[in-house]
Amino acid sequence: MSLGVSAIGQGLLYGLVGVGLFLTFRILDFPDMTVEGTFPFGAAVAVAAITHGIHPLIATLLAMLAGMLSGLVTGLLTTKGHIPVLLAGILVMTGLFSINLRVMGRANLSLLNQPNLFNAHWLKALPPYFDSVVIGGIVALIVVACVIVFLNTQIGQGFIAAGDNPTMARSLGIDPDRQMLLGLVVGNGLIGLAGGLLAQNNGYADVNMGIGVIVIGLAAIIIGEVVFGELTLSQRLVAVVLGSILYRFVLLIVLKLGFNANDLKVISSVVLALAIMIPQIDHRLRIRKTLRNGVTLDD
Amino acid sequence: MTDQLTLEHVAVNVAVETHVKPLLQAIDLRLAPGDYVCVLGTNGAGKSTLFNAITGDIPLAAGKITLAGQEISHEKPEKRARLIARVFQDPKMGTAPRMTVAENLALASRRGQRLTLASRQLRQQLPAFAQLAAQTGNGLEKALDKPTEQLSGGQRQALSLLMATLKRPELLLLDEHTAALDPKTSEAIMAVTDKLVTQEQLTCMMITHHLEDALKYGNRLIILSAGKIVADYDTKARQQLTAADLLTYFG
Repeated sequence: MSLGVSAIGQGLLYGLVGVGLFLTFRILDFPDMTVEGTFPFGAAVAVAAITHGIHPLIATLLAMLAGMLSGLVTGLLTTKGHIPVLLAGILVMTGLFSINLRVMGRANLSLLNQPNLFNAHWLKALPPYFDSVVIGGIVALIVVACVIVFLNTQIGQGFIAAGDNPTMARSLGIDPDRQMLLGLVVGNGLIGLAGGLLAQNNGYADVNMGIGVIVIGLAAIIIGEVVFGELTLSQRLVAVVLGSILYRFVLLIVLKLGFNANDLKVISSVVLALAIMIPQIDHRLRIRKTLRNGVTLDD
Repeated sequence: MTDQLTLEHVAVNVAVETHVKPLLQAIDLRLAPGDYVCVLGTNGAGKSTLFNAITGDIPLAAGKITLAGQEISHEKPEKRARLIARVFQDPKMGTAPRMTVAENLALASRRGQRLTLASRQLRQQLPAFAQLAAQTGNGLEKALDKPTEQLSGGQRQALSLLMATLKRPELLLLDEHTAALDPKTSEAIMAVTDKLVTQEQLTCMMITHHLEDALKYGNRLIILSAGKIVADYDTKARQQLTAADLLTYFG
């Protein structure tokens, strides 16, 4: 029971990574590697801020701002420096490793005996692990609602168009570079926020906690798409969060089956690879079946 | 009458390895408001380059472009969009494939405007969009809520045309916009084009490879060769031409 509740809480918090990545990976149509640096950057900033006596809520907002800043750097390297976005993301991700060490002053910083959002007084009455479900639920709800509202504004529609067809967007007066900057700033802001929240939930920030985060975010997106099928854009954002929870349950089941926790990264990659391949295999099988039936009918 | 579009000594070059290759050479062109100009020329003559120079997709090596009284020679393409609308040869290039027909039209209704955080107000515009789409005569009005990737090439090009003219442009550029369509659809799209351009008295330039279309549509014909305008026929002069006359320009 408690493991299931914990999986839901972690799924909701990691769902923010999925939503952040959705903006760049699915709407703007490029993989943003910055997230692997942004996530621990958000965590490092939040934990360092709290240990310096800053209120956890403000520390969490600072984590989001830190994420936005790293997204801005990637965006400027791409749009102004003309560095391919994949490489720009890798450069920022690599640079952030040193910055995270600077922010924390060491490789790992604990929140032991420090206040954080998850040990707030009003959450103490809840059963174990429900704190992450409540906070994760509230934040995920606010974030998904804000992103849905944004995508239905004039700027949001221009943002979608820039990702869908940059040539057409430019011909309508929409600057695709500006939209790319916007996507990277907002997307990484959400990932920084997720880093800040998960660090508080886990009780520490670690300089290596970003490794594999892009896989977690992509898994949330793709599992959501595979499980829930064809949806509107707004529904797909909800599906990302639900996909993130499902992914946590998949990992939980894998661990229950007796796999070593050290193998979690390779299992994560295998789960994502399968989630990507399943729709394609299904599609091919359907085509094969249709062709076979066609031949049978002709006979 | 003041010119609507003026090109003065416009030149465009491209660097090829160690030397510079001219794509457009000292182009001088004046279009009056409401001019509907067909542009003809061999492959590589500079037709699309001329359009790219006007839209700002290619920088000028020399010269000056003025549209509706505003000098636009060095403006970015997205800034020029307030004045210029373009329909591309490939039906896929003019629309956002994963957005619906109505969403594409709503975006086009704000072409060149600063977008804000105000609601896109799609629902309020649907009746007007349905009426507009019905003009194309290819069932587009029934597909307003469909992603444009699900439309046929003809429907998609008709949508591109509607998007280009929804907010009146100071200059409409049609870049071989029927070339990728089958003959019947091409004819239907040309009929819609002609209706929209003449009814609204739009200033328009249309690249075409169809000699008959070049003689039939518009009020003027210019012919490009090797980056230069080699012939400019007004309505009267064009009436004397035959398709065989035009063929001589193609060597």
